Amino acid sequence: MMDTSNIPTSPPEQRLPDEAAPITVVGPIAWLRTNLFSSPLNSLLTVIAVAILVVVIPAIIRWGFLHATWTFPQDVLDGVRKASRNDCAADGACWIFVRARFGQFIFGFYPMDERWRPILTFILTFGAVAGMLIEQLPFKRANAIFLFGILPFLAFWLLFGGLGLEIVPTRMWGGFMLTLVLAAVGIVLALPLGIFLALGRRSELPVVHLLSVVVIEFVRGVPLITVLFMANVMLPLFLPPGTTVDPLLRILVGFTVFTAAYLAEVVRGGLQAIGRGQYEGAASLGLGYWSMMRLIVLPQALRISIPAIVNTINGSFMDTTLVAVVGLYDFLNIVRTGSRDANWIGTEIDGFVYCAAVYWVICYGMSRYSVHLERKLDTGHKKH
Amino acid sequence: MTDIADPRRSRVESATPWWRDERWRGIFAQVMTVLIIIVVMGFLVTNMIANREAQGRPFSYDFMENIAGFPVAMSLIHLDLNSTITRVMVAGMLNTALAGVISIILATIVGFIVGIARLSPNYLMARLAAAYIEIFRNIPLLVQLSFWYFGVLKLMPQQKDSISVFSGAYLNVRGLYLPRPIPESGMLEVFIALVVGIVATIVVRRWATRRQMETGQQFHKFWASLALIVGLPLITWLAVRLIGGEVVNWEYPVLQGFNFQGGVVILPELNALVIGLSMYTAAYIAEIVRGGIQAVSHGQTEAAMALGLRRSWTLRQVIVPQALRIIVPPLTSQYLNVVKNSTLAVFVGFPDFVSLFTGTVLNQTGREVEVVAITMVFYLVISLVISLFMNWYNKHIALVER
Repeated sequence: MMDTSNIPTSPPEQRLPDEAAPITVVGPIAWLRTNLFSSPLNSLLTVIAVAILVVVIPAIIRWGFLHATWTFPQDVLDGVRKASRNDCAADGACWIFVRARFGQFIFGFYPMDERWRPILTFILTFGAVAGMLIEQLPFKRANAIFLFGILPFLAFWLLFGGLGLEIVPTRMWGGFMLTLVLAAVGIVLALPLGIFLALGRRSELPVVHLLSVVVIEFVRGVPLITVLFMANVMLPLFLPPGTTVDPLLRILVGFTVFTAAYLAEVVRGGLQAIGRGQYEGAASLGLGYWSMMRLIVLPQALRISIPAIVNTINGSFMDTTLVAVVGLYDFLNIVRTGSRDANWIGTEIDGFVYCAAVYWVICYGMSRYSVHLERKLDTGHKKH
Repeated sequence: MTDIADPRRSRVESATPWWRDERWRGIFAQVMTVLIIIVVMGFLVTNMIANREAQGRPFSYDFMENIAGFPVAMSLIHLDLNSTITRVMVAGMLNTALAGVISIILATIVGFIVGIARLSPNYLMARLAAAYIEIFRNIPLLVQLSFWYFGVLKLMPQQKDSISVFSGAYLNVRGLYLPRPIPESGMLEVFIALVVGIVATIVVRRWATRRQMETGQQFHKFWASLALIVGLPLITWLAVRLIGGEVVNWEYPVLQGFNFQGGVVILPELNALVIGLSMYTAAYIAEIVRGGIQAVSHGQTEAAMALGLRRSWTLRQVIVPQALRIIVPPLTSQYLNVVKNSTLAVFVGFPDFVSLFTGTVLNQTGREVEVVAITMVFYLVISLVISLFMNWYNKHIALVER
């Protein structure tokens, strides 16, 4: 080791003031150099990226905002005539199409006077779900009982009617409300079914295991459209002659089974991550199979698989658009039908962009939430 | 625990009553499950048979030999109004395969480009790729497909106002018109040259690997392969042209009156399906590629550099093989998703298997059970083949650990 005591050091008062770091190392120019122009190839990529941005972004802003039509003309507001595509600029988005049909996009053909019912259902559901998702809020247990035990029945009564409320048949349901109903019912029913299928697949009983594997792999092996076709045309055929099944109910059955098979695989992943020691510990406490699962294994397994479950829910939310194949008017289908109206010919792009924006906001939000959960839950389980 | 100390209790436990015995309970549960399934299935099937008898349509596959009698917009095999339902079904399967294969190829190319761009040190490129992924992954595929079909391709100009994509290729509301290649006599020679090139490449690579293992001498495998596979057919092509032969003739689409004649037309339905499917799947593939590359530890790169490997060698011999091990399994399941998602063709009216068979044939014949059963079997077989491949590949590339 070198002896450093002999090296003469200049006294502090003689030290020159520190020079500022060269601009090629810190500051915006340095950032540009390292991130955008570090090599010829990198510079070329920058030029390409800038070119793409310059072409795309102004075009989108011009079409969607600057040249777009947002307000109705005066004579339409006065009620003299109905609005149409002709009231919009030719080279801009026609947002008055969305405004004119907004009620239908949200509620479908639900009677005007009864629309407070879906709104109330939505507020209740949204409140309960938010109460579950925001960690700081109290009363989680009561909230869960309300959300899973009371709300489904309450929501059915509110939406469908009966017991003093006017009955609104499901063929009048539509729009965004129908999309939410499909997604919500699909998930609420599919999660328990998926958990049972996952437990069945991990079961040591050969018959139960085989049955679960067959159901899961069969459903996962075929496209959703064929499952919906099957539910739509075959379900009535398998019931006693003369029975009629509500078309929405048929689709819900198909949709639930499909989502459950995917959730089962997600939950199975969580179950596989639970160490053997947990099972042995539970068994040594004298717990039987169901108590072991309910008290020890599932709480941990579900906790691990929450991010993946949120992703599956996200996927099945996007999959609700496929119900149009059997003639249900979900959000996408009702917007598409709207732009076929003689008054609104030429609003296809506007309608689809509006749809895409709505779906994107919801799905992107859900995927960010899943990433957030993953980070939050990860810390406890990472093996070092 | 006082129970355990109690001698009477332990005597009882040594002789567990049979209804508490795990094995008996297991057997009982399984027998009950089987019984319930038999009863439920029996109930459903009895109803089905009764319903079908009541409608006068007993279960049978005879209808498959009937004449379909409806026109099909696009088919890879010859179809006319007298074709049987079986033939129409095969045409649908081929269309599904066509849309699937094109979409898979395009999605893989775009996905790899976007996935690598996502990891680019270039800030703008990385952000642009991230934006692509987040946009296309979070909009339902059906919205994207509808946008491409109803919003873009169906609004293309009429035939006489076609947009010229490049010389001899036109885009209009009827589809994309491309020149049709007509193979001439020289095609055979070029094809033989290609086969010879491929065989020679395999031989040369084996020899080069063996020599490197024995002597350590390296060989320019990549350039040799390129010369053999691309160069040899190209030289043959030129040679054929020099001696006055023809390899390929192009038949260009020509506007005659209001319609194009000649060339090949790709329907807007197929275009929309392929664009939508491949852009959507590319976003997922990009994430898989990014994850795969990031999963290769940086220590591997450092170790390769410490061994003195060049940058391109590090990439080819160290990073890519390890990344592929992670990328390929989810990639194959994305390919499976492409095949399953191609059923969305129903919505844009492309005559794929589901749209032709499960849609039109089912409506015409009313044979729900038979048609749906064939549909399910078709997709299950595809799923099975792809999972078998995946298992084989996983075993093939599994790390050999000591």
